[in-house]
Amino acid sequence: MKYMPKIIFIIGAAALLGTFLAPIWRITLEAPQYPQGVTMYIWINKLDGAERGTLQNINILNHYVGMKMIEPESIPELKYFPKIIIGMAVMGVLFGFINNKKLWLTWGIALILLGMLGIYDFYLWEYDYGHNLAPDAPIKVPGMAYQPPLFGTKMLLNFNAISYPHYGSIFIGIAMIFSFLAFFLKKKQEAR
Amino acid sequence: MKSMKLILMSLTLGSVFLFSGCGNGDGKGTGAIGSSGAAEKVYVAPGELDEYYQFFSGGFSGQVTVHGLPSGRLLKTIPVFATDGEKGYGFNEETKPMLMTTFGFVPWDDAHHPKLSQTNGEHDGNFLFINGNNTPRVARIDLTTFETTEIIQIPNTAGLHGSPYPTQNSEYLVAGTRFSVPIPQEDVSIDTYKENFKGTFTFISGGQEPGKMDIAFQILVPGYDYDLATSGKGPSHGWTFFTSYNVEQENTLKEKYASQYDKDYIAAVNWKKAEEYIAQGKFKEWPAEYYHNFYNDKTHTATATKKSGVKVLIPAECPGLVYYLPTPKSPHGVDVNPTGELIVGSGKLSADLTVHSFAKMLAAIEAESFDQEIDGIPVLNFEAIVAGTVASGGLGPLHTEFDGRGNAYTSFFISSEIVKWSTETFEVLDRIPSYYSIGHLSIPGGGSMKPWENGKYMISMNKITKDRYLPTGPELAHSAQLYDISGDKMELLLDFPTMGEPHYAQGILASKIIDRQVKFFPLEENEHTYKTLNEKDTRVERDGNEVHIYATMIRSHFAPDNIEGVKVGDKVYFHVTNLEQDWDVPHGLAIMGAQNAELLIMPGQTETLLWEPLTPGIFPFYCSDFCSALHQEMQGYVRVSPADSDVKLSWKLGDEGSGN
Repeated sequence: MKYMPKIIFIIGAAALLGTFLAPIWRITLEAPQYPQGVTMYIWINKLDGAERGTLQNINILNHYVGMKMIEPESIPELKYFPKIIIGMAVMGVLFGFINNKKLWLTWGIALILLGMLGIYDFYLWEYDYGHNLAPDAPIKVPGMAYQPPLFGTKMLLNFNAISYPHYGSIFIGIAMIFSFLAFFLKKKQEAR
Repeated sequence: MKSMKLILMSLTLGSVFLFSGCGNGDGKGTGAIGSSGAAEKVYVAPGELDEYYQFFSGGFSGQVTVHGLPSGRLLKTIPVFATDGEKGYGFNEETKPMLMTTFGFVPWDDAHHPKLSQTNGEHDGNFLFINGNNTPRVARIDLTTFETTEIIQIPNTAGLHGSPYPTQNSEYLVAGTRFSVPIPQEDVSIDTYKENFKGTFTFISGGQEPGKMDIAFQILVPGYDYDLATSGKGPSHGWTFFTSYNVEQENTLKEKYASQYDKDYIAAVNWKKAEEYIAQGKFKEWPAEYYHNFYNDKTHTATATKKSGVKVLIPAECPGLVYYLPTPKSPHGVDVNPTGELIVGSGKLSADLTVHSFAKMLAAIEAESFDQEIDGIPVLNFEAIVAGTVASGGLGPLHTEFDGRGNAYTSFFISSEIVKWSTETFEVLDRIPSYYSIGHLSIPGGGSMKPWENGKYMISMNKITKDRYLPTGPELAHSAQLYDISGDKMELLLDFPTMGEPHYAQGILASKIIDRQVKFFPLEENEHTYKTLNEKDTRVERDGNEVHIYATMIRSHFAPDNIEGVKVGDKVYFHVTNLEQDWDVPHGLAIMGAQNAELLIMPGQTETLLWEPLTPGIFPFYCSDFCSALHQEMQGYVRVSPADSDVKLSWKLGDEGSGN
């Protein structure tokens, strides 16, 4: 199948747009008085919760320990991440039609680098929220920071914070895997 | 040795319970500690949920209580006809209109019969209706919020007992006057009873349409005491039945004089015929004033609307509208079985139950088997309509409900027991005591066409408890008892105390209600005139001697929480919006010296408390519903200055505020 690698690459690049369909990360706070947990979803372009009011509820909990308000409109990443994703998807589809495996490999590596940068940025964001505490907070626990884990679970006072990628990340994974798969299939084809 | 003692002790206790369970001499009663595992049947483990909601009238508390079955646990008290300081009901500005009547603001009533709304003869879980007996009113409780959202006053009525008994699709709720009076009211000698006193049956429309309850029409009937009611179902859909006593038409010493005749009447009203007469214009427009009060869940505010005029049908001018079914011994309850064919009349001074046949009734009307006619109402021949008599062996039958297996269960007040009988053979199948003096009984769904689970539980509501609970001074608990009726033999499972007189109750499978619960009110849907949707908009405004405080509450502060410039003689309105958007986070507002009550504000809701400070000074206010770790800090101050002071109006929260 001559066009297979090209098709795979284009599908992979287009799959990036799937990040607009589902959250890419999920952080759940568990405590006895929250039997269903308080779940925040991080999308490529927005933050929301399992229920209406979740963000406000998290902010209410956070303000006791002096954490900043989470205000989606003041988080710049939510504005430029969607542009990067759309840019990468458009570029990817173009590269697909150009049908050049080196471009594909470059695109795939760029996506991985961007992904790593994104996760590092997310870490910094979490660090800032967890450490940059108001000095006049009602509840001050010496030595305590409230940075949720990047990946995994962590007890933060009475809350067990659970953080894992969510469905939206699968689309980024598909984009990465498909770009390399397409590269190797094409390489194999050309070697014949 | 020790364990031996324990065994002996439990054996002794067990036999005491067994004996007390056999009190009625049938020798077969079972106590709470029986071989069948009664304790297990009512045990709902911590964290688990009950199978049924059971709505009890709070009787003379004027409220409704919600219990879970089979545990009997109290889940909520819903204020209906009486003010409730806990919830600010009838005290805050928003709910005061709910209790308006043509008699003025009436802050108490005697709540009697909670009835669930019906669709196709089955309980649909939409609404609960209940009547106020003293100042005739019918209320709607919305089962998404468990709040009273509508109350309609019933004009031309005195004492509203036979109500609300909805029709098969809740087309109408009904209301029969317990006390006959001059209609319209007038100043006459009480001794002119026979000449001047009349009764009415009222049909209320809008059962399934919130905000639309209205008096569709009334029927003027002879001046008896109309007691209870029930609406037909299936074949008898289109008819409503009202019992009566005091056909003697006596106006004094009724306990004796009104118990002289052998038979009183069950009035059978053909309301479909009534609709035809209304459509034909065969009604009289009579003057009548009444209130219709409606609470809107968007504005979070009730409005009281005075209405006037009712359509009245006179049976003598409307043939085929009303028939009288002679029924022995001052019938109290009237109940129609799930198939809609049997009309059970409980002659409360009798040992026997009279069961009329709806089919025979129609045949008797067709054949004109009338004994006489009273004010245009044909009295049907007793022999022609009776389907059978249940020789109960008990005394004082009051109310009957049904399982889905062809059995009926009748409460007996005087002999303090429940008798189970077959609706096919009219034979008594079983009997079990109640402790003591049962009034109504309730089988979840047992008044509808579809008893839940074919009849699993039965509740008795008892007027007297004597030695059943720890004594509490002269006034003792009223109670309910839970029975298992799934088998051939009824089995007593549980006693539990209830609020006020638990006059009547209805139950519904929990699954019909659980999923429709409102958890909080979305702020963006709040249409309250005095809402404040964020802290930036909080403020205080003066308009003459009225001070309007636009405040918000969120864990764990009020905004604003320092207010100055209020003066003695001011009417201070706290308009407070709860900004929370989470389930189970109400906040309260309590002000020192307020002469009404607290506010208890649900998330997303706005409520208003009127406060009229009498003396200068500093008045703290605080959150009364334990909301958070810093609940105690959720407080504020109002400075009240003398009337002639020139302290300027100012307010703040932290660094934010009026800047004055």
